[in-house]
Amino acid sequence: MQALYAQLLVGLINGSFYALLSLGLAVIFGMLNIINFAHGALYMMGAFCAYFLLNIAGIGYWPALIIAPIVVGIFGMILERTMLQWLSGLDHLYGLLLTFGIALIVQGVFQNYFGSSGLPYAIPDELKGGMNLGFMFLPVYRGWVVVFSLVVCIATWYLIEKTRLGANLRAATENPTLVRAFGINVPRMITLTYGLGVGLAALAGVLSAPINQVRPLMGADLIIVVFAVVVIGGMGSIMGSIITGFALGVIEGLTKYFYPEASNTVVFVLMVLVLLVKPAGLTGRAA
Amino acid sequence: MSALTDDTLPVTPRAMRDEMIVFAAMAVLLAMVPMTGIYPFFVMQALCFALLACAFNLLIGYGGLLSFGHAMFLGTAGYCTAHALKVWGLSPELGIVVGVASAAALSVVTGFISIRRQGIYFSMITLALSQLLYFIYLQAPFTHGEDGIQGIPQGYLFGIFNLAKPTVLYYVVLAGFLGGFLLIYRTINSPFGEVLKSIRENEQRAISLGYKTDQYKLLAFILSGTLAGFAGSLKVFVAQNASLTDVHWTMSGEIVLMTLVGGLGTIFGPVIGAFVIIAMQQYLAGFGQWVTVIQGVIFVACVLTFRRGVIGEIAHYFRRSL
Repeated sequence: MQALYAQLLVGLINGSFYALLSLGLAVIFGMLNIINFAHGALYMMGAFCAYFLLNIAGIGYWPALIIAPIVVGIFGMILERTMLQWLSGLDHLYGLLLTFGIALIVQGVFQNYFGSSGLPYAIPDELKGGMNLGFMFLPVYRGWVVVFSLVVCIATWYLIEKTRLGANLRAATENPTLVRAFGINVPRMITLTYGLGVGLAALAGVLSAPINQVRPLMGADLIIVVFAVVVIGGMGSIMGSIITGFALGVIEGLTKYFYPEASNTVVFVLMVLVLLVKPAGLTGRAA
Repeated sequence: MSALTDDTLPVTPRAMRDEMIVFAAMAVLLAMVPMTGIYPFFVMQALCFALLACAFNLLIGYGGLLSFGHAMFLGTAGYCTAHALKVWGLSPELGIVVGVASAAALSVVTGFISIRRQGIYFSMITLALSQLLYFIYLQAPFTHGEDGIQGIPQGYLFGIFNLAKPTVLYYVVLAGFLGGFLLIYRTINSPFGEVLKSIRENEQRAISLGYKTDQYKLLAFILSGTLAGFAGSLKVFVAQNASLTDVHWTMSGEIVLMTLVGGLGTIFGPVIGAFVIIAMQQYLAGFGQWVTVIQGVIFVACVLTFRRGVIGEIAHYFRRSL
């Protein structure tokens, strides 16, 4: 049973990353109509940003949790201003191709300087050690990742669904021209939205740095799994992305326990099943 | 959904004549390669990728479907042909049949699943499916995991042509490429191809005109996947190995890049694109990971400034369809 709970926890952690990343993808797709292939590379940049802060500037985990998403978010906003904005009005696939190119560039540059092996990032002192819950041993850091991700996801959901800013955002998704007529600066809102989505990816990167090590290709395979998560959940609903992300992480964790050979394919197999039964995805509208 | 190509030219006898002239010139030039002293291995490899890119282009350029998983057909056919030749000891022609049949079967299944969603979702689904296959091949015993299938015997095609001789192999690969190219050309200019283009331009209208667009898309997907598999089978004789690289998503990305550089939706573009990218990899092989960075830069540059690609720009300049 110990092993089962341990795998469930690993599943929840992976689920946190799926949720944070697919949430960002959904927010970006809503505003920019672009599937951000660079999301995995930006997640990796978040982890590297934390690594640099610690090893070059001596800035620890807690400030990095705020600084890294802001730095990478600004990098993302520069990408949006200089490149992505020129694609509005073109076929969706050009956004995919452009961001794929950006991902290749970013990952290639990091691979040149850091190779393919992982760099260690220590767990902060406050979150070291573990708790005995009676039925299992819970490493504090892992528990923290799950709880903190959940809080961030729900805060993002609240921001978009319940605040005035979010209402403007959703309105601009539906009809940008009309929203501009009300005097709202839609292009600036698009840039900020991209920054927000990218910042969420970078945050996931910082959270994963002490668990998965910091590697140039840490986001490359992850993003493909997140695409499958997005296909399963659909991008129409924020809460849908969050729930699908966590649920798939848990299912993956259970597979690791019961049938480890299938653990890295189970999400894709589920995607196939969902497409056969409910082609529009679990929550999304058909697109 | 906006159109991929902004200038759609009618198929006129003159356009057909232009295309046949270019095709003849290409065939003659390629046939002369063994007499020039150019390294034939490089041209054979490029021809395999050219056929692969043409097959991919049939789907994106004429059907508007961006597959981000075409490496799965290349790799599957490669593994099956390699296994048939090496383990079963089949003759080359039967090995090719096994490879192409496996790619065809795979394209039926994956096509049925992926055409259930449109646009950007289609790309994500094909990518996810090819990643699923990658993990299966990573674990399956017959692919030999990270090592791949190596030292594949080339044998005698139809019992006559000795494929171990580079010149003979070159003409066999060239014949395969030209045959596949003509089949794609014929498809594009058939009534089926016209319906496909109408789906690319406006699927809703095609549906309202009574076309069962899902069936057309599925057929195009199967044709494209099968031809990509044929390219994969040919490549086995050239490279004499089949490995995981051929199934990886980076390979799918390279196929997209070749077609994008040459020109999406142009007839000859993918061929030019394949030669450009393969030559670039050959010359920059010593630069390690910088090749990836350069490929990324080409992607970005093409999308931002050069969306028509090499052939697309030429065709646009002369107001011809090439």
